[in-house]
Amino acid sequence: MKVVIEEDKCCAAGQCVAAAPDVFDQRDDDGIVVLLTVHPPDDLAEGVRDAVAMCPAVAIRVEQ
Amino acid sequence: MSVGNDGTDRVAEASATAPGRVLVVGASAAGLATVEALRRKGYEGAITVLGDEPHAPYDRPPLSKQVLSGAWEPGRAALRTAAALTALDAAFVLGDAAVGLDTATRTVRTRAGRELTADAVVIATGVRPRTLPGSAGLWGVHVLRSLDDALALRAALVPTARLVVVGEGVLGSEIAATARTLGLDVTLAGPLDAPMALQVGPVVSAALAGLHRENGVRLRFGAGVAGVTGTAGVAGTAGEHGRVTGVRLAGGEVLPADVVVVAIGAVPATEWLADSGLGLDNGVVCDSRCRAADGIYAVGDVARFHHEHLGRAVRLENRTNATEQAAAVAGTILGEDRPYVPVPYFWTDQFDAKLQIHGVIPAGAEIEVVEGDLAARRFVARFTHAGAVTGVLGWNMPKQTRLRRQDVVDAFPVTALAH
Ligand SMILES: Cc1cc2nc3c(=O)[nH]c(=O)nc-3n(C[C@H](O)[C@H](O)[C@H](O)COP(=O)(O)OP(=O)(O)OC[C@H]3O[C@@H](n4cnc5c(N)ncnc54)[C@H](O)[C@@H]3O)c2cc1C
Ligand code: SF4
Repeated sequence: MKVVIEEDKCCAAGQCVAAAPDVFDQRDDDGIVVLLTVHPPDDLAEGVRDAVAMCPAVAIRVEQ
Repeated sequence: MSVGNDGTDRVAEASATAPGRVLVVGASAAGLATVEALRRKGYEGAITVLGDEPHAPYDRPPLSKQVLSGAWEPGRAALRTAAALTALDAAFVLGDAAVGLDTATRTVRTRAGRELTADAVVIATGVRPRTLPGSAGLWGVHVLRSLDDALALRAALVPTARLVVVGEGVLGSEIAATARTLGLDVTLAGPLDAPMALQVGPVVSAALAGLHRENGVRLRFGAGVAGVTGTAGVAGTAGEHGRVTGVRLAGGEVLPADVVVVAIGAVPATEWLADSGLGLDNGVVCDSRCRAADGIYAVGDVARFHHEHLGRAVRLENRTNATEQAAAVAGTILGEDRPYVPVPYFWTDQFDAKLQIHGVIPAGAEIEVVEGDLAARRFVARFTHAGAVTGVLGWNMPKQTRLRRQDVVDAFPVTALAH
């Protein structure tokens, strides 16, 4: 699984961090999403899919 | 639904209770998220999505920001790629509106004459903007809800235009900020004392007023808007209904305008349900499971559901509710039995200010800055009412605000944690 983020879409809601804290974080200064790992292991895939679904800014995508 | 003795029973039972056909009415954030959540949870039955707009599902928050400013071409607001929509294996019927629902047979009639019957119907028709009496058809008067609205307004926002935004809520404040950034002469008018006063309380709304004023937005607060003024129309021509010339305040004063945006709130799009027998009271009335009747559910801006921990019916008009409630409705359809008890959340972007609001800020709530500095316009504030934390608000501190959200959650009973 490969995770792709579009920083300029992110509205800093932080839903992704709640869904998958091992994959996403937010910058301290402006809250924009930080991708901790581009290729998360399989056991984190479910959380990543939740993050994709929950992100209110449609800023996260998953490619196989 | 009773729970089986072992895993096998449960699987068999779940598929036995799962509906064979689901119909979602409304093809936007909440409707699409319902479809996605159903598939994510393993639903394999047939799904039809009916939407009155001709466009594939797109997102609304960028309409008053990036799309209105021109920073994004409209396609960037699409909610999903064409490939992702195809992968959902759902039939999208677009450009046709639901005009009636037979609750007993769960059949939806459409304007084009279709009859769509399903085992589960999900109402996701959102809201429509309120308009000002007497402004219908007048050139230069706009509302902003749809992509087409945004493109029409954008075309009208030439830098030489004088814009009056009627309504000092979240949407009106955002539009004023975006238009001012484009160089227009902007006046924001409304009956309250400051922008978003109802949503964020007196201290933060005063700070927002300062921000708008410094950026050159004229504020005309404390006076209701009585209507608009316009030129007389010429029958049989494009200018049949005339063109707007100004906004008339309750005291009689007229604010001159070439373009007027009316942002005075929205009403649930439930007129097509008038004869359905469903409970309609400022939205589709639902129980705590988002169920309006047997096999009929509501989700998103249109749904008025019983919030078990707030102990009252609420209707939330924000983007994260659309997805969170969709996940809850999909679960209910598939036989889960859990109340929907969200901690409300919304954000807004105006000039360089990014605000995040978790929970609610009731009138009279006490404010305490818990991080950062109000004067520096970088802070997190916590709101307390009747001794309990009800909300946190961040101004240009999104991450820190999210970490403080826990204070709101802690004030809820523990089960409120479940989304
Ligand atoms: C300009 C704008 C900016 C916003 N900014 C923010 C923000 O910054 N932060 C935030 O949290 N929220 C924001 N919101 C709110 C957020 O966009 C909504 O909460 C969200 O769109 C609700 O989704 P929904 O699917 O319930 O309703 P909607 O998005 O309104 O979708 C309902 C759909 O149903 C269709 N429909 C209506 N009647 C029928 C019918 N009879 N038959 C078929 N289809 C029908 C409608 O045309 C529409 O496409 C904003 C909203 C707007 C308009
Ligand atoms: S959920 Fe989406 S908008 Fe929010 S921080 Fe993550 S990527 Fe950004």
